[in-house]
Order: sequence, then structure tokens, then C-alpha cells
Amino acid sequence: MFDFGIVTNWIHEFLMRFMPAWLTTTVECVLVAVGLLVAYSLIAMFYIFYERKVCGWIQCRLGPMRVGKWGLLQVFADVIKILQKELITLWHTDKFLFKLAPYLVLIASMLTFACLPWGRGLQIVDMNIGVFFIVAVSSIGVLGILLAGWASNSKYTLIGAMRSGAQMISYELSCGISILTIVCLAGTMSVTGIVEAQADGWFIFKGHLPAVLAFIIYIIAANAENNRGPFDLPEAEHELTAGYHTEYSGIHFGFFYLAEYLNLFIVSGIAALLFLGGWMPLHISGWDGFNAVMDYIPSVVWFLGKAFFMTFIFMWIRWSFPRVRIDQMLALEWRYLMPIGLVNLVVMAIIVTKGWYFGA
Amino acid sequence: MAEIQDKITQLCPQAQIDTTGEFLLVTVADAQWHDLAKALKTQLHFDYLTAVVGMEWPDARGCVYYLTNTDTQEVIHVKVTAPDREQPMLHSVVDLWPVANFQEREVYDFFGIIFIGHPDMRRMFLRNDWVGYPLRKDYDPATNPLRLEDETGEDYTCRWVEDENGKVKKVDGKVFEDDEYVVNVGPQHPSTHGVMRYRASLDGEVVKKIDVVSGYIHRGIEKMCEDLTYPQMLLYTERMDYMAAHINRHCMCLCIEKALGLEVPRRAELIRLMMDELMRLSSHLLSYGCLTMDQGATTAFFYGFRDRELIYDIFDRTCGARMSMSYSTIGGVVADVHEDFIKDVRHACDVIEKNLKEYHKLFTGNVIAVNRMTGVGILNKQDAIDYAITGPSGRASGVHCDVRKTHPYSLYNEFDFDEVIYQNGDSMDRYMVRMKEMEQCIKILRQACDKLEAEGIQGEYIAPKVPKVMKLPAGHWYQQVEASRGAFGVYIESDGNTKPVRVHFQSPCFNLIGVVDLTCRDNLIADLITITASLDFVIPDIDR
Amino acid sequence: MEVKIKSMKHEDFKDNEYIDNLVEQLRAGGTNIIVGKLDQLMNWGVSNSLWPLCFGTSCCAIEFMCLGAARYDMARYGFEVARNSPRQADYIMCQGTINYRMAPALKRLYEQMAEPKYVIACGSCTVSGGPFKNSYCVVKGVDEIIPVDVYLPGCPPRPEAFFYALMQLQRKIKVQKYFGGVNRKEKLSDLKYDGKALAEQSK
Repeated sequence: MFDFGIVTNWIHEFLMRFMPAWLTTTVECVLVAVGLLVAYSLIAMFYIFYERKVCGWIQCRLGPMRVGKWGLLQVFADVIKILQKELITLWHTDKFLFKLAPYLVLIASMLTFACLPWGRGLQIVDMNIGVFFIVAVSSIGVLGILLAGWASNSKYTLIGAMRSGAQMISYELSCGISILTIVCLAGTMSVTGIVEAQADGWFIFKGHLPAVLAFIIYIIAANAENNRGPFDLPEAEHELTAGYHTEYSGIHFGFFYLAEYLNLFIVSGIAALLFLGGWMPLHISGWDGFNAVMDYIPSVVWFLGKAFFMTFIFMWIRWSFPRVRIDQMLALEWRYLMPIGLVNLVVMAIIVTKGWYFGA
Repeated sequence: MAEIQDKITQLCPQAQIDTTGEFLLVTVADAQWHDLAKALKTQLHFDYLTAVVGMEWPDARGCVYYLTNTDTQEVIHVKVTAPDREQPMLHSVVDLWPVANFQEREVYDFFGIIFIGHPDMRRMFLRNDWVGYPLRKDYDPATNPLRLEDETGEDYTCRWVEDENGKVKKVDGKVFEDDEYVVNVGPQHPSTHGVMRYRASLDGEVVKKIDVVSGYIHRGIEKMCEDLTYPQMLLYTERMDYMAAHINRHCMCLCIEKALGLEVPRRAELIRLMMDELMRLSSHLLSYGCLTMDQGATTAFFYGFRDRELIYDIFDRTCGARMSMSYSTIGGVVADVHEDFIKDVRHACDVIEKNLKEYHKLFTGNVIAVNRMTGVGILNKQDAIDYAITGPSGRASGVHCDVRKTHPYSLYNEFDFDEVIYQNGDSMDRYMVRMKEMEQCIKILRQACDKLEAEGIQGEYIAPKVPKVMKLPAGHWYQQVEASRGAFGVYIESDGNTKPVRVHFQSPCFNLIGVVDLTCRDNLIADLITITASLDFVIPDIDR
Repeated sequence: MEVKIKSMKHEDFKDNEYIDNLVEQLRAGGTNIIVGKLDQLMNWGVSNSLWPLCFGTSCCAIEFMCLGAARYDMARYGFEVARNSPRQADYIMCQGTINYRMAPALKRLYEQMAEPKYVIACGSCTVSGGPFKNSYCVVKGVDEIIPVDVYLPGCPPRPEAFFYALMQLQRKIKVQKYFGGVNRKEKLSDLKYDGKALAEQSK
């Protein structure tokens, strides 16, 4: 399988030839940032299009059709439109916090986005606490949402923000515990390390029962952390008009919108990374021919394919289920998901120490 | 009937009793009214206040009360006149029939009749700063130009109380206290199903009290009807509850035909009945869609709408319009049905019957939906009767209130169908009643298809002798039908001219908003949306 | 001057003199090529991404729901992202009668929307008061309180008519000048019932 490390190393050496080390690092940082921003916006736009099409398909509709072929340019039109919408600032609000909030949400999702390993050697920094870093920075988002709700100085946004605060902080726990279960199995927190550990079998197969359980808990918790249906209470359209971003217009609203879809990609990516082997191809022991063919598919395609597949499952859930109520949502987390997750973690620890997992 | 008559004479010797009309008419003065009302409710079991019609006669102002006995389904009406014409006051009956709360506020709004003992004497539909009372004959529209400033004094309310000496005095009050956290829902809000507005006092996410503010689509239909001839009036019936357009229009036609003594051909009546049931089907599909959408299951909404298109197609082919069909007319229907009508109806029945199973699979059994609806917003049987809740919402509480069964009209007694009754009165039951009623609609439609085929696919559709100029004999007429959301009634008072003196529409949704506060109190704000969606009201029907 | 709307011939739109005159007026002076192209890009974006505000008062709202539902599916045009918050919406489609109690709320909703914003008066009630013109509390056409871009008659209009109205709006957007020109021709004070004008009168 092609290692993108070769390309990046070549660029690094090329730059080092006529630049001092500090300048090289700076140039590389800028290059990475530009690449990241481009990838970020493209992925977000693709996701908006993807969701519209999937939702149309589920609802017996066509989705965008007329702007560009199959509606491919629809999202570009939306972006142009939203860029030139008026930005409304309100009276009697804390203007600084009001304007800061969308950027916080955006920064949180971008930081998390930067940690994902896209393919073999295609990662920005491989930290030894990579997973921990992902969990940490993804929590900044809730701050942005709370600020947005508070700074808008409106009752709807405040209720929306409070709901989302309660929701995201609660479900962060379950999310963290299910991630911890996998870290336990992998024996490393490094993102690359986790992926490499799945070379002989994806964790969802390797860790059998506890891994599957952790996967289910992760899907529920990630859905909730993402504020997507059936946990879309913070922006529950039918109760709170638009929840915490009711008062935002133009590109500020656009940031929330983009971050929402990018978060969807991130949680799908993390699910793919932790449970479905990241960019590792599907290998079935004994089927050498099949495995060889699988190896030909580039790692980026594997990663994106898995992430998009997970996203499809998230969308399927969203468009099928009704919304839960706030007390039911909290009960689900604190009474069921978290205790089950904790027990599951203990079970996993025992399995790992005893070596009862496949490929041990 | 004679028994009731004797009893009333015993109870209140001053009452005048008139047996010539369709129902027994009792006329009393305000002084005796409250005692008589109490006796009627407790002794004669007239526990169901069907309608309160504010009236202005040349010599007096007052009200006509329609009362029903829920055991025997007997109806009487009582005419009460206020002693003073210029400053009319009546005794309130809110303490006996809670439904009178909003009904009396409406009368106050339109006629300026003050109800003594009413707990909340505010305007119902018009702005707080409205001048005068629009349904009085001497009202001048120029006194109320369009105002674009916001309304003030929304928290102000007042009561009129009578002391032992019979002196009436005004007591000011407040709707919400100053320290309450009041959230405004509506009038522009995605799940108020139009322009309803609630002001909800919250404690955290728990609703403490709801004040329903109505009138954001009040169009004064009753007043406009007074300037129109009878055939012209039919237009407005379709624009109140647009999801029961055929049924409302049918009701008006029946009422006028009853007054004129006009015989409608059986085939025309059959077509009207089929249209009514199609309308009901379409309306319940919409309410399924809206209920699911309000709970966040967007896909279910699209499924409901997909199947409604089939019904729209039938309307489109026969009536020439998808909504506001203007199809029934006095004496029959305006045109014969399309030649494929029966085929289309059968097809729609088959498709919808099949898809109903899919709806149940998608939504009814879903654990989230079950948890959100079961036991939420319970309306018990007694409250349902007290608040005069009819239609699917009433039947979910176990009240036998289907007008098609209690006072059969049109050809309904020829059809074999069940009245769907559930007992718990929670949101789930209200939802299930509608789902089951759709099956009954399909059953009726299939029978009707057979009957219509027997009558001939094309044939007589309007009475041969419909008078060109319609003059209703002097007097008053009342007709009730079962609309999609409950009993819809039309009251017409005529003085023998081509135009009516007073038209009143008794709309089912108007009573439904009366229980919003009762059912939502102490529930979460998310439940407010579920409950109101399961009550399923159409706002223009409330406001008229 | 032709304004291109996908799969709709120019002749089919020729019934609207108002827009034709507007195009002539705007194009009279000619435009800088760069600014002109940018204008076109902007207008292409705006016209293809019109997000409605959910604002239905009566019957027309049901037909609007049909427009979003499976058979008519306005998502094909990218119009489906109905926003509940006026801040995020691009146009307000008044569906249903506006009465005296609702009028201040409608006006406020319009003012809460972010520029550029458009109004479609949908159904005869909002065009002129329709069947309720003689009522004591119905606004005789929303153009008395907010500036209207497209009038869509019908009671209620069919979904096909909705599409026609939306395409007319697209057409109107495509001729506007984003740079230098003014998007909106009517001033709020020109309206019959503007809050400020009324206040001055009463002084």
C-alpha cells in the first residue's frame, strides 16, 4: 500500500535544501493549514449535498436537481448566497461574545478534524496522546454553543444552549468511555498506533462482544454530541424555532451550519478509525487473492469510504426517528449508557489481560 | 321531550317554552338563567354545552345556548336576554360548563356582553386596543384603522363580580405575575400549525401555565356573512377549516336545505358523503404528518403527504381544484363526478390501506414515539365533556360524540362503520383514533363506491327545482355535522330576507384550544408541542 | 435582454413588463466587465439558493407543504431549506390572510430578516385581501405594510403556480445589481401603512 509519508518527506527534504529549519517548519505549517482549510470546506460542502440527497432518497424525493448536473452546484450557490447575507448584530447583547461563538465552534471542529489520519502517512502530527487530544478539543464546541445561546439574549436560544450544554457534557462521558474501551484493546493512544494495531483485523471483529457494545454506545453518544436527530434538542426546530443559533444570520449562521456537518464527518471518521480499522483495507485471513486486491485500493479511499458509510448510518437514524425529550435523553445517558459503558470497559480490560480477543 | 318541558316549567315557571322548532326552545331572562342552568345540568343531565351564540335582536342583546344530554343525545336551546341593551350583562356559566370560558369571551369580543362571574374577561380575537364591538349592527369600521404598533397591556385582565346586593363591580387582575419566566410561542412558529400564539410560563423546562392568545387569523367571517346572500356565504365555509372544506360546506348546505325544505337527490347526497370521507381521510393524513413532524420524524411527514396527493387528484379531476373545491351547493353538487371517479377512489383506498401499515411500522411502534406520547397530556372523560371536546380528540377520551352516530345526517345511517373510541385520553390515543378512523373512512368509501355504481356512474346530481332567489323563512336553524376535527355546527337566524341576520359557526377547534392549558400544565415544553399536535387544530377554524 | 432560467424559455416569462423595464433601466449605462461578471456570480448564487421563512397563516400553507413534499419537491431547486428563524431566511412567502392583529408581527418579521430579502405575496388574501376584502380586520394586501416582489394569485394557488412565482423571483434577482446598484426600489416610507409615517401623521 502506498505510503504518503514518502511524499511528505520528499517535500520536507526539498524545502530543507534551501531553507533554514525554522522557515521550513513555518512554510510547512502554512501549507498544511491551507490544505486543511480547503479539505475542511470541501468536505463540509460535500456533506451538505450528501445529506440532502440521502434525505431526499429516504423521503421519496429527488433532492437538489437543477443547479448543475444532479444539483452538484447547489451547495456552491448556497455558499455564495450565505457569504453575502447581511450580518445582523443585535442590541442589548454582548457583541464580543456573540461574534466569538461561531468561531469557537468552528475552531473546535477544525482542531478535531486536523487529528484524523486520512491514510498511511497522511497525518499532520502523530501524537502519542492523539485520541486524548481529539476528545479534549472536540469539547470546546460546547463552549461555543453555550456562548451563542447566552450572548443572543433571547429565551429560545438560552433554552437551546442549556439543553445542549446538558446534552453534550453528559454524552461526552459515554463517548469517552467507549473510546477508552478501544484504547484499552489497542494498548496505545496514538492514532496511528490504533490503526496499525488493526492490520490483522478491525477492532469491531477483534474485540467481539465488548467492542460491538462499545460501537453501539459510541454511535448513540456521537449522535447526541453532534446534536443530530433523534437528539437534536438544542436546535429542536419544532420547539425552539432554531435553538441556539436563532439570532445568527449570514456567514455566522453558515459557520454553525458548516461545523455541524463537519462534526458529522469527524464522528464518522473517529468511528471508522476506532472500530472499522481506519485506513486499513479489509483483510480476510486465508483469502490471499482478495486481500491483495484490497491492498490496491488507496488508503485514503478506505478511510473516506468507511467514514461516508458511517455517515450514511447516522443520516438513516436521523431521518427515521422522532426526537427524544430532554428528561428521556438524560435518563438514557445516566441510567443506561454510562453504567453499561463502564461495565463494558471492565469486561474489555479483563479480556485484554486474559488475551481472549481474536489475534491475541 | 314533553317530560323535559314539564320539568323546566316546574323548575322555572317564568320560562317561555316554544316547541314549534326543531329543538325545544326555552326563553328566560338573565335573572333566572343561572339557576335554570344549574338545574338543567344537575337534574336533567344537560352536561354538554354545544354552542354559545351571541345575538343582537332589535330590542335586546343576549345569547342562545345549545345544550346536549350526553346520555340521550337530546338537544334543547335556551335564549337568554340581557336586561340592559346598551350595557348588556349576563351571568356566566363557566362554573357549570368550563367550555363557556372561551365561548363567552368570544361573545364579549363581538357583542360587548359582559359576563358576571367570568374569571378572565378579556378580548378573544381582536386587539386589546380595539374600539367597539364589530358584530353589533351599529359598528363603524372606521373606528379601527390598521395599527402597526405592538399591542400593550397583554398581562392585564379583569373580572366582573356581583356582591350580595346585586351590585356589579369590576376587579382588575393579572395573567402572569412579574417574576414568572414567560416564553412566547408564536404567532410565527413552525409547530403552532399556523398563527396560534401561546404564552407559557416556565419553570426550567416545565410548563406552569399557558395563556392562549388567539385571533391572528380572525377574519370576521360571521360579520361578512350578514352582507351576503345564502349561496354566496358558502364560499367562507371552506376557508375556515380548510382541511374539512367539503364537510363544512356540506353542513351549510344541509342547514339551508333544511330551512328551505329542499329535497336533495339521493345520488347527490351520496357524492357529497364520499367527498366528506375523502376529505376526512386527507385531513387525518395531514394530521399524521404534522404530528410526526412536530416530534422530529420528518420522513413520516413526507409519507403522509405522498398519499394525500392521490386524494387531491380525485378532487382535482371532479371539482377542478385541489383545495377550496366549492363543490357542494344548495340542492346538490355543482357538477357531476368525473367518469373515473369510482375507479380513482377505489385505487386511493387500496393504496392508503396498504400504506397505513407502513406508517405504523415507521412511527407507531417506535420506542421514542411511544415514550413521548403515552400518558402525556391526559384528558379524562369528564373534562372532555365539560370542555365540549368532540371529534377524534373527544373519542380518545372515551366520549361517544360522533355526530354521524349520535344525530345521523345525510345517508350515514345506511352505512356500516364503527365509531372508534379509546379510553385513556392521552396523546397516543388521540393519534391512534385518527389512524383507526382512516380505516373506517376507507370502509365507508368502499361501500359508497358500490352504492354509487348502483345509482349510475353519471346521473342526477342536483335537485331539479332549486329556487333562484333564496329566502329562508324567518326563524333560526342549526345543523351539526362531523367534521374532520369534531362537531361542526352552523347557526343561521333569518328574518325572511335574502340575507341572514346572524350566522354563527360552532367550530370544533375552538373548543380544543380550551384544553391546551389543562393538558399541558406540568408537562415539559417539548410535550406542549406533542399535545397540541395531537389535539390537531386548524387555526383559521378557531378564529373564523 | 434575456434572463436565463433553466429549462424555462424566455418567451414563457415575457408576460412581465415590469421586469423587462427594470432590465432596460439597469443595463442602460452599461457595466464594467469584472463587476458585471461578479454581479452575475452573486446573482446566480442568490437566485439558486432561496431559503424560505416558514410563514403560513392558512390554506396556502398547506399547498406550500405539498410543494415541499414528494410529488412537487422544491428541493430540486434548492429551495427546501425552510428556516424558522427570520434571520436566516431569504424570502418570506406570505401564505394566507393577514389581519390587523397579525400585521405588526409580519412587519417585524420582515424587518428581522437579513438583506437581501424578498417577499412573495401568495394567495389572493395577501395580494388584495381576496374574499375577505370587506372584513373589518383584514389587511387589504400585504403590499400596504411590506414591499412585495412577486404577486401570486390563487385561492390557494396550485403548487405549479408556486414554482412559477419562485422562478419569477429568480428572474428578478438575476437582473439586480449587487455592486453599485440598489436592490430594492421601494422605500419603506412609500408604503401606505408605515409605522413611522403614521406616527408623524398623528403628531
